[in-house]
Amino acid sequence: MEVWALQLFNGLSLSSILLLTALGLALSFGLMNVINLAHGEFIMVGAYTTYALQQVASHYTGDPQAGVTFLIAIPASFITAAAAGYLVENTVIRFLYRRPLDTLLATWGVGLFLQQLARSIFGAPNVQVVAPAWLSSTVSITSGLLLPMKRIFIIGLVLACLGGLYWYMYRSNEGRRMRGVMQNREMAASLGVSTRRVDSFTFALGSGLAGVAGCALTLIGPIGPSLGTFYIVDAFIVVILGGLGQIPGTIMAALIIGILNTLFEFGTTAVVGKVLVFAMVILFLQWKPAGLMRARGR
Amino acid sequence: MVTATKASISRAIRTVAGPTRLGGVATDWIAPALVLAALLAAPLVLSDFRVALLGKFLTFAILAMSLNLIWGYAGMLSLGQGVFFGLGGYAMAMFLKLESVQGKLPDFMFWSGLTELPFFWAPFQYAWFAIPMTFIVPAALAGGLGYLVFRSRITGVYFALITQALALIVSILFIGQQPYTGGTNGITNYTTMFGFSINAPSTQVALYYATLAVLALTYLLCTWLIASRFGRLLVAMRDDENRVRFSGYNPAILKTIVFALSGGIAGIAGALFTPQVGIISPTMMGIVPSIEIAIWVAVGGRGVLLGAIVGAILVNGAKSGLSESFPAIWQYFLGLLFIGAVLVFPAGIMGLLRGEGWRRPEWLSVQQLRNGATRFIPGVSK
Repeated sequence: MEVWALQLFNGLSLSSILLLTALGLALSFGLMNVINLAHGEFIMVGAYTTYALQQVASHYTGDPQAGVTFLIAIPASFITAAAAGYLVENTVIRFLYRRPLDTLLATWGVGLFLQQLARSIFGAPNVQVVAPAWLSSTVSITSGLLLPMKRIFIIGLVLACLGGLYWYMYRSNEGRRMRGVMQNREMAASLGVSTRRVDSFTFALGSGLAGVAGCALTLIGPIGPSLGTFYIVDAFIVVILGGLGQIPGTIMAALIIGILNTLFEFGTTAVVGKVLVFAMVILFLQWKPAGLMRARGR
Repeated sequence: MVTATKASISRAIRTVAGPTRLGGVATDWIAPALVLAALLAAPLVLSDFRVALLGKFLTFAILAMSLNLIWGYAGMLSLGQGVFFGLGGYAMAMFLKLESVQGKLPDFMFWSGLTELPFFWAPFQYAWFAIPMTFIVPAALAGGLGYLVFRSRITGVYFALITQALALIVSILFIGQQPYTGGTNGITNYTTMFGFSINAPSTQVALYYATLAVLALTYLLCTWLIASRFGRLLVAMRDDENRVRFSGYNPAILKTIVFALSGGIAGIAGALFTPQVGIISPTMMGIVPSIEIAIWVAVGGRGVLLGAIVGAILVNGAKSGLSESFPAIWQYFLGLLFIGAVLVFPAGIMGLLRGEGWRRPEWLSVQQLRNGATRFIPGVSK
């Protein structure tokens, strides 16, 4: 019983990282028809921001543990990754709207470039971020069920991001404009919404969320220049299952895939687990080709 | 309104699709003949090392042609082409390995604790089984997955992403099954092929010419295929799938056939790659090598058969020239090449040679707007 609860919990924490990654993809596809294969590299940017901050902090304070630095690293990763995303959008992506297959190739090129940049700056070997002491404990639910604090923190962080995103999309003026452009670009434009601005902001927002995912990943394991590629394919599977561009569908799909992945892995091996999930997604698409949720037809 | 019959539509397709193929004797026959002559003469002037390298590039050229067939003509970008290449390579590798060990158990199986040859590898000791399998296995995988995917009318980017996931899945599957596939190291250390020492320069030259012959045959096959009614339908599906469907054809079946054929051709390329390079491993079938094939085709020119060959040889030539001495610069260059192929020279080298200049081929815009893109941009009328 406790073993299963622990698996379910691990599945949830995997889901939450997948979700944070997939949200940015879903946003940029829903709004601009951009398939962003460089999205994984924004995870990497966020992770290295956390690493760099810790290096700087430990240099000045002499304390190798992140401590408060980690809390500062979360918004910092968001901002660096968002800035990188803003830059990429303005230099490459904006010329490729409505050409999803082309964005796929071009963003792969951007990703290769960013990976090599990280390799040139930080070196090819993986680096490790030391988790702060207050995150290294465990919480005991029952005598046999110990939940690692790190994973609880990650789930909480993702929930906070979701809340923030909800507030941004449904309560702020900027978000209202974004939804307007998503629903009807021409109409929004003729009502005076700057669609260029909305596009760049949305892309930056999605990239920033990936950056936060990268920051969270430093708690789980070592990070390297090709960190993003491990997550990007899973995130795309989530987006396909959820229905491209659909946020509620994405959330549901991330939960399903994360939990199934961990359960299958537990029952068999990591590799067989992945193969099973892939096969199930393909079969599910036989039944519902547009994914869990589909864009409302008209 | 005119009632369109199947025959009249297919006549219409022929007239409409004609100009998009951008024929021309120069690029269709003279340029390939020049390339062939140069490749035939290459072993006479190049060192053994260079010939082996060029032989490897020729297998990549066959691989690129397999992608060009489905991407350039049928409009489906497969990011899992490396998987089919790898499957063909592994089938050949097992044949070579079993010939080399002379009835004993291959070393990696022994190290992983197997005591006898697994039943599914056993027939691979016979050439009459192994060599057809280098085509059949990848073609069957492509056909099976393709049928499921195309039947659900999954197209465009969805198809690209699903094939990319296939590349990930199959490569980790091969890494994970160490006793059966050799794991990360792959299958290597072959000594003979049909009794000839595999590293002897004469064997390598023979393999080079065999690869060149397969390349030429594939080129002829594709030329014939594209000029046929089937090829016209592929181009028609690329440009407007619904119209083909409404004319009474079943796009799912047509696409499945061409995807399976393309997978099989990629498998043959892999089978020629293994004996020339001396190793096949999961690193050759993952996400990264699979998407690099797309850049060879894009640099050469999508939708032009010769483009794939030229692109594969040039990009790989540049890679082996640059990446040995300046690995970092090569990575930056490759990244920029991907961006450039989309933004700066979408018609590729063949497009520039044909005088299409730097413009995007018209079908690229049309196809992408039709295939799903509009669905998510309300307000853009179809």
